[in-house]
Amino acid sequence: MSKIVKLKKGFDLKLVGKAPLEFLQVAAATTFAIKPSDFPGIQRPKVLVNEGDTVKAGTPILMDKAMEQVIYASPVSGEIVEIKRGDKRKLLEIKILADATVTHEKSGALDLGQDRATLAGKLAASGVWPNVIQRPFGIVANPADNPKAIFVSGFDTHPLAPEVPFLLQGEERYFQAGIDALSKLTTGKVHLNVDGSKAVPAIFSGIKNAQVNQFSGPHPAGNVGTQIHHLDPINKGDVAWTVSPFGVAQIGKFVLEGIYDASKVIALTGSEMSQKGYVKTYTGANVSTLLGGIAQPETLRIISGNVLTGEKVEKDGYLGFYHNQVTVIPEGKYEEFLGWLKPSATKLSFHKAIGMFSFLKSGEFKVDTNTHGEERPFVVSGVFEKVMPMDILPTYLFKAIVTEDFDEMEELGLYEVIEEDVALCEFVDPSKNELQELVRHGIELLMYN
Amino acid sequence: MKLLQNLFDGMKPNFEKGGKWEKFHTLYEGHRTIAFAPDLITKSKGAQIKDATDLKRVMITVVIAMIPALLFGILNIGHQHFIATGGEATFLDKAIFGALTVLPTLIVSYAVGLATEFTFCVIRNHPISEGYLVTGMLIALVMPPFIPLWQVALATIFAVVIGKEVFGGTGMNILNVAMTARAFLYFAYPAQISGDLVWTYLGDKTAVDGFSGATALAVAYNSSIDGTPVVEALNSHNAALGADYSFMSMFMGWIPGSIGETSTLMALIGAVILVATGVASWKIIVGGFSGAYAMGLVMNALQVNEFMAMPAHYHLVMGGLAFGVVFMATDPVSAAQTEVGKWIYGILIGVLTVIIRVTNPAYPEGIMLAVLFMNVVAPLIDHYVVKANKTRRLQRATV
Repeated sequence: MSKIVKLKKGFDLKLVGKAPLEFLQVAAATTFAIKPSDFPGIQRPKVLVNEGDTVKAGTPILMDKAMEQVIYASPVSGEIVEIKRGDKRKLLEIKILADATVTHEKSGALDLGQDRATLAGKLAASGVWPNVIQRPFGIVANPADNPKAIFVSGFDTHPLAPEVPFLLQGEERYFQAGIDALSKLTTGKVHLNVDGSKAVPAIFSGIKNAQVNQFSGPHPAGNVGTQIHHLDPINKGDVAWTVSPFGVAQIGKFVLEGIYDASKVIALTGSEMSQKGYVKTYTGANVSTLLGGIAQPETLRIISGNVLTGEKVEKDGYLGFYHNQVTVIPEGKYEEFLGWLKPSATKLSFHKAIGMFSFLKSGEFKVDTNTHGEERPFVVSGVFEKVMPMDILPTYLFKAIVTEDFDEMEELGLYEVIEEDVALCEFVDPSKNELQELVRHGIELLMYN
Repeated sequence: MKLLQNLFDGMKPNFEKGGKWEKFHTLYEGHRTIAFAPDLITKSKGAQIKDATDLKRVMITVVIAMIPALLFGILNIGHQHFIATGGEATFLDKAIFGALTVLPTLIVSYAVGLATEFTFCVIRNHPISEGYLVTGMLIALVMPPFIPLWQVALATIFAVVIGKEVFGGTGMNILNVAMTARAFLYFAYPAQISGDLVWTYLGDKTAVDGFSGATALAVAYNSSIDGTPVVEALNSHNAALGADYSFMSMFMGWIPGSIGETSTLMALIGAVILVATGVASWKIIVGGFSGAYAMGLVMNALQVNEFMAMPAHYHLVMGGLAFGVVFMATDPVSAAQTEVGKWIYGILIGVLTVIIRVTNPAYPEGIMLAVLFMNVVAPLIDHYVVKANKTRRLQRATV
């Protein structure tokens, strides 16, 4: 039974700099990197290659000693040029210089008739497995688990997010194969959730082996965490998995062709992005060539991902493993005379406090990275509740994490949220608290205690 | 503005680590962030952009919402003065008299309160929080027209220190700070904040013959003793002086009382500002008024004395109910914080106010104690609302 869910709570951030649906011609990136910090659950990362080694796309280059069956593979073929470490030899990046044409490790098509464990083992050893994320906690899934269901969100409501059907053009066959493979990994259902406010895109309409549900409403309607809450919520002891649409297609390609293909389409967005649109590249691409000729990059914030959940990268930094978007906006390092009092209709705000007239403006907003105020204790109540379309009391959950009260954290719903689910709370908070960081802190407390 | 920025920049080294005024760093930051929204940027991980609204803007919204009540209060104090002392007065006379009476109280409230706050921020090395912007105004508005300034200062220090700072400062207090100040005075110096003599400021003049300074609530209470119907007693009160306590005068606020509390209309204008801007919870405001009205109807049904028989809607315009419900009960820190809890909290404030008014001879005004009592009870209400949420999620697991 497919479900139709209409959500009211939330907030759509309408920003300047959406990518038009067209491919741009940009110089291909030459270096690529895998960063252990992209995988929050990784505990003891171990590098499997040395500087100077040559690798193919799909060659294992990293693993987590706490979960050895899952490997993290090279996205391209080429040479390992640098293994960058930080303080106390903490592994930061493994950089690969790509060949002109990418060659793949090949293992032949995967027979989906095999038993669950064998299938999961083969996927885990292929490089595609890190696409499978476990809820609770938002970490790379353990192939030995039997999840109660697998969830795929077929649309992205984040600010300036790419159009998912556009990302998957020509991948229809692989997407179906990926869904087929996932359906073998769970005894429960595979849920594919699509945007209920639009016609179901062709790639999702005839899908088999999955339940197609419709979600509509403002952001975070497209967040898989929101969808899980309304379909089959996670309680203590439950394990569910989530996979992005790109991940599903990548798994499908491994099933049908036996290769780890890390090529992906990403969107170049943001008010300061010189050329907006879509480009084809590979996971972990160096962003510098994608940006084109941006003048004065030091006055700009280059973000791998979107403005709510993304991560700042340097101008020669690398695209995050899970990201399919690069956003460039101005840095906001300026003081503004009586900025807290000045009326404005051009500054984006969820609130309508005196002088904030952005709710009257229907167009798009240009935003920068200024925090518009200092951090304060929680004072205003009822704000987070307006942007949280789940039966969760965010303020109480946050306070439970601040006080490190384990029982409360569990009972108030920390199993149901990860960073992206509270990103909107973090944005609207007039007290400017770092709520995504707080939630990850709470999750780590629950995981490692 | 470059000039001001340079001035701050010039002072900056003194306040930085190793500077001669290092300890007062928080005061420097506090003032600079008032003049200029700070040049802070988001961290490299997490939300890369933030909402343009901060706590300063939220707080100033509340202050702006109170300005109609303040201005009306100033005018009304002059108005009441000239009624009581006889004598012709123009609008300007009244306004000037009122301003000269009220401004010292307001200035003392802000000066003493901010000084206390700054002292704590320096000792604790906390950033200066905006909460006192609102509290300072509220303390002044709930004071009688004339009260010794040292009492205002003492009450302010008590409220800020015992009501707020001992709990950890803004956002951590259990009781509404301004109500704490008023309650302190009420119990410590009742002569200056209760009875019939303090609500109209006579200055150095004497009252004209036949003038009674009793408030509407006191009139209503007395009528239940001597048995005259309340509405009649209110309508005839000081009627010879042209200042009755009719429903309309009480709604408009042309009656004696604390500085900002008399006008229901001004409180409602404030309520519209607070609700339209989303700063205060409409649930608490609606709950407060409907709770008082419903309890008024219950009293009508019982009708043991004349006060109980008073039409229920009179309760909404008498005393400080409207002011208290709109500006005090909605303080987000001391109110209930869950959405269901806000309904319960608001309704009970209204109910309790009327019960205290009608049944307790010692406290003719119930809103102060009702708000303080419900501040204490609010965490308990929230506890049960949160518990219901937890139970819902637990039950979900077994389905």
